[in-house]
Amino acid sequence: MASSFAKVMSSRTTGLLMASLGAGAVATGYLMSDNAAISADQRRKLYPPSADYPDLRKHNNCMASALTPAIYAKLRDKVTPNNWTLDQCIQTGVDNPGHPFIKTVGMVAGDEESYEVFAEIFDPVIKDRHNGYDPRTMKHPTDLDASKIHSAMFDENYVLSSRVRTGRSIRGLSLPPACSRSERREVERVTVQALAGLKGDLAGRYYSLTEMTEQEQQRLIDDHFLFDKPVSPLLTCAFMARDWPDARGIWHNNEKTFLIWINEEDHTRVISMEKGGNMKRVFERFCRGLKQVERLIQERGWEFMWNERLGYVLTCPSNLGTGLRAGVHVRLPKLSKDPRFNKILDNLRLQKRGTGGVDTAAVGDIFDISNLDRLGKSEVELVQIVVDGVNYLIECEKRLEKGQDIKIPAPIQQFRK
Amino acid sequence: MNINQVDATMPFGNTHNQLKMNYTAEQEYPDLSKHNNHMAKVLTLEMYANLRDKQTPSGFTLDDVIQTGVDNPGHPFIMTVGCVAGDEETYEVFKDLLDPVIEDRHGGYKPTDKHKTDLNPDNLQGGDDLDPNYVLSSRVRTGRSIRGFCLPPHCSRGERRGIEGLSVEALGALDGDLKGKYYALKDMTEEEQQQLIDDHFLFDKPVSPLLLASGMARDWPDARGIWHNDNKTFLVWVNEEDHLRVISMQKGGNMKEVFTRFCTGLTKIEELFKEKGHEFMWNEHLGYVLTCPSNLGTGLRGGVHVKLPNLSKHEKFGEILKRLRLQKRGTGGVDTAAVGGVFDISNADRLGFSEVELVQMVVDGVKLLVDMEKCLEAGQSIDDLMPEQK
Repeated sequence: MASSFAKVMSSRTTGLLMASLGAGAVATGYLMSDNAAISADQRRKLYPPSADYPDLRKHNNCMASALTPAIYAKLRDKVTPNNWTLDQCIQTGVDNPGHPFIKTVGMVAGDEESYEVFAEIFDPVIKDRHNGYDPRTMKHPTDLDASKIHSAMFDENYVLSSRVRTGRSIRGLSLPPACSRSERREVERVTVQALAGLKGDLAGRYYSLTEMTEQEQQRLIDDHFLFDKPVSPLLTCAFMARDWPDARGIWHNNEKTFLIWINEEDHTRVISMEKGGNMKRVFERFCRGLKQVERLIQERGWEFMWNERLGYVLTCPSNLGTGLRAGVHVRLPKLSKDPRFNKILDNLRLQKRGTGGVDTAAVGDIFDISNLDRLGKSEVELVQIVVDGVNYLIECEKRLEKGQDIKIPAPIQQFRK
Repeated sequence: MNINQVDATMPFGNTHNQLKMNYTAEQEYPDLSKHNNHMAKVLTLEMYANLRDKQTPSGFTLDDVIQTGVDNPGHPFIMTVGCVAGDEETYEVFKDLLDPVIEDRHGGYKPTDKHKTDLNPDNLQGGDDLDPNYVLSSRVRTGRSIRGFCLPPHCSRGERRGIEGLSVEALGALDGDLKGKYYALKDMTEEEQQQLIDDHFLFDKPVSPLLLASGMARDWPDARGIWHNDNKTFLVWVNEEDHLRVISMQKGGNMKEVFTRFCTGLTKIEELFKEKGHEFMWNEHLGYVLTCPSNLGTGLRGGVHVKLPNLSKHEKFGEILKRLRLQKRGTGGVDTAAVGGVFDISNADRLGFSEVELVQMVVDGVKLLVDMEKCLEAGQSIDDLMPEQK
């Protein structure tokens, strides 16, 4: 029972279609059969990789810098075990050419295997983004021993709050760009179940985005905990907002110092924070909480995505390794007006953001200062870099207050030669 | 035709479908409890279970069809469609879902109904004398899809470029008052861009979440462009929401002239495509096949910008429009509000009526609306003029 549509793709139509697209006579002859459901093989002949190679001439992101036609041709028809493709990885970078000054990454992983199956494009992107880190030859150190941190009690005349965040992915489930609704719901179930096992100062509660009451929603907004449906085209073009708000939610402890986002840009985002300058305590709680959650999911046969090359595996290559951003909100009225401010930050391997987070402007001389790096240094190393850096910035601020001069510090050693 | 062939995938596609079969239908079924669109009204768990393992020959799946409707629950007052087609076969493979959606959206149109196509402008009565003191401009638009290519939600870059190439070639052969020029979005100069904006021709990257969630804005602005004739009365959009959107327009109230140019242009374009061995997606039941089920049949929206400051405030305005089978929009198009008492009035229907029939409704209806407006201006009642339900 050939449907009317089988007749539609008649041999004549197919033949002319192929000829007009420049397909050879052999391919054309092969396809001129009555049962013309075009298979993947046949499509490859109709549309060679050169026909599909994206136009990246106006683009300025890491993917566009690295994706040559040759690499595209090699990888276009490959799929991960879950059938995720290269085009799906790069769609966000094709759709968002980037900013002349800010270089975005321009690609995402759909699953853990993406980083392996499409290594030929991911590796140069990782190298570009992470200061020359070469996943083929280097190993990433993981260290969540908070006792190693020193001098991490900041002057609270300057530091208003301290925060450390990272992400974790549940091995075996696709990442937010690719996950089906049931996979996403599974991530939620596994995580919420584990978090229910936290005790003491970590005991808390889950608020699902679909079931939240209006009062709960308002309270979470007032606490600055609530995350919204992504509006950034960087995220929406990477398919991360599908099915919103299904299986998304927020968990936090009763003391409001330990917070988990579920199924936003990663399976989980883990945040430890508090007002004031006690970064030591923030990081200690961060490490303790993470380890406990890991133990709890392992008890049920799950684990986090992690390997020696890439450290913790997350959706965006920019968050590989530690996935860690440790930072403070700090007042630097004089230093921020000094022309050497940016150079000082650069050398300290720090970045500044406005207090609304990434893409916001500073308000009233208060800056969000955090580590630039994520991969190639351990959590302990990165937090110490932030601690040392912020202490230095406060020193500069105090010196400027007294009318003394300041110095640009020597740059911190990097592994890129 | 083995429509369950797993390896029949496009470079871009919801290739995760096999993976989802590891989970039950219940685990995958979307939460539609807060939704108000045609798809959500129709898609039961049972239907989802029956359709979820299917895909079209190019790999378009049920989840691809419904993603936009899942991501956009809809408005309490406006009923959106909530599903799109990725290729011509979508309407066949997923007919269990799309037939009831079509029936609901298009006034009870049944799976067995036949749609008539009539692009003969001589069959239109009158339409050349709408009062230009009230009718500021007249316009007719439709869409066309090129058979053998996937539709905007699903097409690869190679296909989209193929569509652009074929369209530009066909349009390049138009002559006489239809002779014109193509402006590719990505090659446009700043001057050209400004001119097109000033002419109100330029279309932008979609911002509506209804369109974005269906994947139509991928790779923007690659292979998108605008063609228009030198007289600026015939305009074609390439690779926006459909393969082609064809628009005939001019200032004033001579809808007859607009419609004549529309039909002539469309017919000519179709001939040019056929000469090169391509045809438009069309069948007896659905008429012209387009991306959104709401545009099936004629895909035609014929309308005017008309000044109705008094009538629009009348309590029966909505009822009058309904009886005339017309709809109102603001002058910025769909989703905008009216400005200065000027409304965009157009046919509400697309499927089940021919092009001539729909434009006739617009012509007759707008004539009546203008008469009513004049009555109200003169302080007279319009009760005697109330129309019957068409």
